[in-house]
Formats: sequence, C-alpha cells, structure tokens
Amino acid sequence: MFEPVLLKNINIPDSFKIAAYLNNGGYQALKKAITLTPDTIIQMVKDSGLRGRGGAGFSTGLKWSFIPKDPTIQKYLCCNADEGEPGTFKDRAIIEYDPHQLIEGMAIASYAIGADTAYIYIRGEFALGADRLEDAIREAYAKGYLGKNILKSNFSLDIYVHRGAGAYICGEETALLESIEGRRALPRIKPPFPALVGLFGKPTVINNVETLACVPHIINRGAIWFASIGPAKSPGPKLFGVSGGVNKPGLYELPMGTPLREIIYTHAGGVKAGRTFKAVIPGGVSAPMLVEKDLDTPMDFDSLAAKGSMLGSGAVVVIDDNTCIVKAALITHEFFHHESCGKCTPCREGLDWIAKVMRRIEHGEGKEGDIDLLLKLCVDIFGRTFCPLGDGAVMALRGAVNNFREEFEYHVENKKCMVNS
Amino acid sequence: MLSEVAVNEIKDITTRYPTKRSCVMPALYVIQKEYGYITEEGMREVARILGVRPVIVFEVSTFYTMYNKKPVGKYHVQVCTNIACSLLNGEHIVKVISRKLGIKVKETTTDKKFTLSTVECLGSCGTAPMMQVNDRYYENLSDDKVEEILNGLK
Repeated sequence: MFEPVLLKNINIPDSFKIAAYLNNGGYQALKKAITLTPDTIIQMVKDSGLRGRGGAGFSTGLKWSFIPKDPTIQKYLCCNADEGEPGTFKDRAIIEYDPHQLIEGMAIASYAIGADTAYIYIRGEFALGADRLEDAIREAYAKGYLGKNILKSNFSLDIYVHRGAGAYICGEETALLESIEGRRALPRIKPPFPALVGLFGKPTVINNVETLACVPHIINRGAIWFASIGPAKSPGPKLFGVSGGVNKPGLYELPMGTPLREIIYTHAGGVKAGRTFKAVIPGGVSAPMLVEKDLDTPMDFDSLAAKGSMLGSGAVVVIDDNTCIVKAALITHEFFHHESCGKCTPCREGLDWIAKVMRRIEHGEGKEGDIDLLLKLCVDIFGRTFCPLGDGAVMALRGAVNNFREEFEYHVENKKCMVNS
Repeated sequence: MLSEVAVNEIKDITTRYPTKRSCVMPALYVIQKEYGYITEEGMREVARILGVRPVIVFEVSTFYTMYNKKPVGKYHVQVCTNIACSLLNGEHIVKVISRKLGIKVKETTTDKKFTLSTVECLGSCGTAPMMQVNDRYYENLSDDKVEEILNGLK
C-alpha cells in the first residue's frame, strides 16, 4: 500500500489551516531550504527527477536552472492553478485542503530562483480555493513564512492570488502571463522562453500546483527518496483523478507508473455493473483515448507517449459501452472549439470547420467523405498553431476516429448511433 | 457611481502589481460585485481609477466568460456538460432544472431569481454530475438533490 505524500494531510480536520499544517511537519522544509544555497536546491530538484505535473513533463530542476543568476534582475515565480483540462480535479484538492503545502513549495522555489514576488494564477471558478489560498497566505505572513526577511534570513517573498475569469487558454503558460499582465490571454510565440522573458518581461518560472507541492517533500526526504518512487525516468508520487463510468470515481495518489488497469479496476472499483469497458482518456481530454489492449500501460510520461497518448494531467476518464464515441468526441471537440482564443488561423478556423462536420455526423446528416475530411483538417492544424490547444483538439479527435472509425462510419451511413440502436 | 468601499478595493489591488493594467481583471470583479454585472459605466470607472484607456478594460471584459456582460439572476445556475459530467448524465440535469425553472439555457426567470447556463469543465469530475450556483459547487447531483437545492435558494 503506497503511503500518500501529497494527500497525506487532506483528511485531517481543518487541514487547510496553518495549525494543522505545522502539527504535521509543515514549513520544516522551508527552514531547511534557507540554510542551503539556491544552487544546492536546484541540484536536489534535478536529482529527484521531478517532471512538471501540468502535463508537459519537463524537468523542474532544469527549468529553474535556466533563470539568470544575476541578483540585480527582477524574477518571478508563477504558480499555474488554472486547472481546466476536462477530467482534471487534482490541483483543486491541494488548493482547498492543503494550501500551505503549495505555499511552502512556492517559497522554496522562489528562494531557489531568486524571486521576491510570486503569483498564483487560479481559475476564477475556484472561488473557495482562492479564498482558502488568500487566508493561508495571510496566516503564513503572520507566522513569518512569507514577507520580509523570512525566518530572519535575507530572503523575502510576497505571494499574490490572481483570479482568472473563465478561459481554458490561461493554462498555457504564456497566455497565463498575458492574463496576469491584464490582457486578453493570447499565447506568445516562443522563443523567447519565459525563463528569460516572462512576466512583465522578466525571467519567470511557471510551475503547476502539484509540481510545487512535491518540492517540500524533496527537501525533507531527499532527492534519492523521491527518485526511488516509480519509473527511473519519470519518478515520484502522482495524483490520478478518475471519473466517468467507474464504481468509485475520485482522486488517487499512487506511484508514477501505476498501470492504467490497476488504477481503474483496483482503486476506482472497475466499470459499473451491467456495463463493460470501452475506452479511456488517460490524461485529460487532450490525451488520445486508449482501448482495452492498452490497459497494462504504466501511467507515466514516457510509457504513454510510446502508446501515442500522453500522461497530461493524469485525469483518467473511463468510457463504458453505453457511450457513443461520436457524441463523446463531439462534446470534447465543442470544448476546444469554444476555448480557442482566436489568435491563430489553423486553430480558430480549423476547429470551427471540424465542429461543423462533427455536428452533422452526430445529427445524422453526415456525408460521404466527411471522416476523411476530418482527418485532413487534423493534418492542417496539428503542429501549425502558436500553442498546444489546437494540437490537443486534433489528438483527441484522432484518438476517437482511429480507435472507433466504424462508429463514425455507422453514423454517416445509417444516420444514427451504433450504440442504443 | 462606485461606492467608496469599491474604489478603495480597486486602489488596494494596485499594490499587488507593478503595472496598472494588471489590475484590470481583479477590478472588473469589483465592478461585477458592485453592479451584479459588467456595465459600461463600471468599465469606464475602472479605466478612470487605474488611469488606463477604456479600451484596455473593454477588451479584457469581452475576452473572459466569467464577466457577465448582461444582468444575471440572483442565482446563476451553471451546469457542467463537459465529458465527465456528460458521461454521468449532466445533460439530463440541465433538463431537470430547465423544466423546474421554466426557462431554457441562457435565460433568466421573470422574477430575476434564476439564470440557467451550461458551462465547460469546472474541475469536479470525480463528483460528477455537478453544477455551480454563484460561487458554490454542488456535486454528485441527482433529480431529487437538484430539486432540494433549488427549493433551498430563497
């Protein structure tokens, strides 16, 4: 039985208050961190093998090491708490039930990169989470874990909460920066990367909530301990949010690399009675769906990439045999279509075109050649957009069409669903 | 005119950012709280207090969906219809609410009490189907539970 790391406190009464956090070893990692040099901390995080939990899986320590060392340059840390990938509800648990774990991780990260100001970009709908974060930040200031001369050191840090207002695109890191700067959240072209030209034009690290929550544990228990959990190239504890047609949907903390089958059947109680497994979206809706033959895939960045899908946010959406894949694909596509920011043509026009074709297929008005048209449009979009939103839409659609082409064809030919018909 | 409390709240926001422009999003939330939705007058007041051109405020308010450009009811009922909720019959929940309130999606009841919207994923997929009423999440919905929640909103 894997002992929870990130969720260890969440069942404690008032777990979101500083008293509960301190009673359970909270802020010891920050005390230790400020006795170490920033370079030592960056090396520890590199050695731990921690990779970004927002979905990209980039080495966190390496990302921090790209920040210029010049102490006269202003630097920023941004926490990406814009959890919006459909299926995902992991960061919300940390924010609502253990906000100090995140604040401590942010303080250590800021110390390591030399930032004296940090912003938490939280999606606007998480009102409870934002309130809890603001309360927790006030508590941390009062106890001397934030503010000027933290724990009587030369390190000072202010953390502010910035509430989003309902735009999925803000989860893309450069769109997030635009949004904090008070603009429409249109992604920036890269390079320059945020590590050199980020928030307000200054070097900036953007890390996901779960990534930052791992940091205090790495400092407390060491890089070797962290690296020993799960696969060598993709280690650590991981939050898996299971939803859809299972008996016990919910959030499960397990070692990275736990097989998909074990997550669905052992932890989430398997597919509901009277239904059978049909497909699973393994990492939020941008991740191409997988089928029965793929269920022994370990849930880590590299194993899922090898299967042509991705770990993404670790959001596991289980689809049973009662679901029409064409409809599921349309719901998913309508989401991307709605959330496209409109900056670049392939995404703005391409997703709109796909939506029109998908709607007519779903509504029994599909024409011969429509499925090939969808796949052609995918080619025209994939890899040709400023940011990964267009790619995500394409990956989701290709996953559905490639695995269940016969259902799309049935829709076109018979003007109705294969399921329930 | 904005209340003094609201003006001070906006001025307090300016201490958090190195630029005035960054204050536009949080200031728009102050306007929404004050007037119930984003009015043109409110946007002009934000621009005036922050010392930015009005267009900077307009372009932000029109990009983000949580700034209501039209008045909404006292209770804004927002039902998730994205994939995880949809797999567990989120669309049925929309129908149940629509029938009970006698309004379609995007409509407001004549007594201005309820507005019904469908929304994209709210990050509550493990407890689907779900809805948000104003700031509060209601999860693991069923027909009876929805009935009870709506009856409880006075």
